[in-house]
Amino acid sequence: MSSILRGLKELKNYPSAMVGLAIIAFLVVLSIYTVITIPYSEAVKLWRGADQIWIENPRFARPVFFDWFTPKKLARTIIVDSRNNPNAKIVNQYGEDVEIIITLEFDFLYDEFPTEITLFMNKKIPGSDMYATFYWETPDGRRINLRRGSIKTRDSYEISQDTALRRRLGGKDAHVGLFSAGDNKKPLKGKYRFVIEAVSFDPEDDLDVRLIVYGTIHGIAGTDHLRRDLKIALFWGAPIALIFGLLAAVGTTALTMLIAAIGVWYRGVVDGLIQRITEVRMILPTLVILIMVGMFYSRSIWVILGTVVVLGVFGSGIKVYRAMFLQVREMPYIEAAQAYGARGGRIVFKYMLPRIIPMLIPAFVTEVPAFVFLEATLAFLGISDPVVPTWGKILYDAQSKGALYMGHYYWVVIPSVLLIITGLGFSMLGFALDRIFNPRLRRM
Amino acid sequence: MQEKSVLLRVENLKVYYELKKFGLIHVGYVKAVEGVSFTLNKGEALSIVGESGCGKTTLAKTILGLIRPFAGKVVFDGKDITQLDRKARLWYSSQVGFVQQDPYGALPPFMTVKRILQEPMLIHGIRDPKEQMARMTKILTELKMTPVEDFLGKFPHMLSGGQQQRVVIARATILNPKLIVADEPVSMLDASVRVEILQLLRQLQKEHGIALIYITHDLSTVSYFSERIIVMYAGWVVEEAPTQKLLDNPLHPYTKALLEAISDPTAENLKTFKRVPPGEPPNLVNPPSGCRFHPRCEMRIDGLCDKEKPEYFWIDDQQRVLCWLYKR
Repeated sequence: MSSILRGLKELKNYPSAMVGLAIIAFLVVLSIYTVITIPYSEAVKLWRGADQIWIENPRFARPVFFDWFTPKKLARTIIVDSRNNPNAKIVNQYGEDVEIIITLEFDFLYDEFPTEITLFMNKKIPGSDMYATFYWETPDGRRINLRRGSIKTRDSYEISQDTALRRRLGGKDAHVGLFSAGDNKKPLKGKYRFVIEAVSFDPEDDLDVRLIVYGTIHGIAGTDHLRRDLKIALFWGAPIALIFGLLAAVGTTALTMLIAAIGVWYRGVVDGLIQRITEVRMILPTLVILIMVGMFYSRSIWVILGTVVVLGVFGSGIKVYRAMFLQVREMPYIEAAQAYGARGGRIVFKYMLPRIIPMLIPAFVTEVPAFVFLEATLAFLGISDPVVPTWGKILYDAQSKGALYMGHYYWVVIPSVLLIITGLGFSMLGFALDRIFNPRLRRM
Repeated sequence: MQEKSVLLRVENLKVYYELKKFGLIHVGYVKAVEGVSFTLNKGEALSIVGESGCGKTTLAKTILGLIRPFAGKVVFDGKDITQLDRKARLWYSSQVGFVQQDPYGALPPFMTVKRILQEPMLIHGIRDPKEQMARMTKILTELKMTPVEDFLGKFPHMLSGGQQQRVVIARATILNPKLIVADEPVSMLDASVRVEILQLLRQLQKEHGIALIYITHDLSTVSYFSERIIVMYAGWVVEEAPTQKLLDNPLHPYTKALLEAISDPTAENLKTFKRVPPGEPPNLVNPPSGCRFHPRCEMRIDGLCDKEKPEYFWIDDQQRVLCWLYKR
């Protein structure tokens, strides 16, 4: 075991290994931070996106840092709530009737049109009759009558979807038409006002409204077609990729090695059986089997992990380790151990396996990214745990919504970069370890 | 000789390696050891000499129970070790020690000396750390590896060849065996440490009354060592005699040739040309008919040696030879 420690100490002489370690450390820190700040159940709930959790997020928003690399000021989401502005509301009582006038003011100073405008309304008395007229006032003093109609207890007015309004704006979407002056391609900057004049026939009635002008950038990772913050999946992708990759790599390498050693030691029928299973397994396509397991049995990440390990165990690794063990088996110290009474189990575990473990460490580390990519591949093909947010799943969503065709590069690039640096980190460390533990390579 | 003092009796031992074609079809046997018989008394040292490929090592491994013989018996302390059950085999493995040729290969490179010496004790149920330490200290002191603490923590690659071989000897003797089989224990060591190792082994053997089988191809070292010599050729024991008798008066033509080949560091060697038997050791799958040595023998009797297998002829009650020349 001390030879392993010595080898690990030697790592600091390899800059690539230090870079690799730094990447892995970053991923580990990110994972720990994620697991602590966004607990698993919370992440699952957020990613499922039920109960309109994400209603305040724009769709297809780019990450905020896009704003740093362009001279234009990209549109952020503006939320104006009457409850936060007590001065916005004027209530007039006329006998049995009540008139409520709400004026929402906001500054729009961006160089881009927003992507959507929606109004959410909350009426106090259920079942009362309330009618309202909605106006839009632009910085250049125009007042546009948007709509007139009744308001339900919990109501929303999707201004961008209002086809009558679009017709009146000359065929322009509301979020473009309401923010532009004439045929100008740029939005008009300045103070906008949104006015609601509502009348209710119940004197106790009250109204609160929230206007959301959706922007084009959001958060550190952007959002997807369901307004979900991609941060959740990008952050949670790290621990899941690491756990999946490490468990699969540990599981396959350790079991492969053990089975190869058992086959070599007991020879005969045992070895023959292991070899035939391996050969048959090597003909069968791993990916297809995994897809079938995912389709017909279960998409649970644990079932997929188990299948990956079982398929990985009886792979080409068995042949490689078998070749090594055949050499070890003939070493005089094994014969000596037999002479002083060591038997099968002890020889396999105490005499054969420790001989190979130093060579196993680099193999194991370089195998981690292969499993991380396999998990992402399966998710990309739609075989992934339905509740767990992962990098592969983001790519799957991006692919199925035509992200690249629509120009949503961030949606594809960020998870891909995370996958690549994960692979890079483990590979750089693994190659350095390979040089340390297989000194034959050092001279090359 | 009293039957009581006999420790090991090998009776008509045959060890064959099966040859197979395509891993299935039997095509023949490599007859590595053919009809070997001898006895070894308690505390006695016996040398087995012969050239490479004559079956010495196979014989040693069979005696240790590492190879199953094709036929014959190996009787140790009255028990046939080829017929032992699991438990008895474990007991037998504590009764015999094995010293191999390559000391570095014989030590697991990933274990410390302490761990290496503990392994046999753990297998045989000696788990008390004090008892283990006492045994390790005792044996290493006897082998002049002092201070003991300096060596226990070391890995085999940190030791010199001689030290490695001493660890191997320590491991072979730590269970207080009755028999040690040393298979060319010094042939891979530097000439400078050979004598030292042999003397240590001899000393250990005498002090503890351990019987010893010393296997070598080098006749120049056997005189240090043993009371008796067995000469093997192509799986046969061709001659057996007390050491001094054999060295002074070799009978079998092959023994004579072996003795001729010993190099003494004298200037005379420059002038003389050694007579070594021509040819190579025979193929053991299809050994020569009659006497296996006859194709290389200068003294062969045509019509007899190439036709009929020779028998043992006893010269006196200690020396026997497998050669037609001594037919009476």
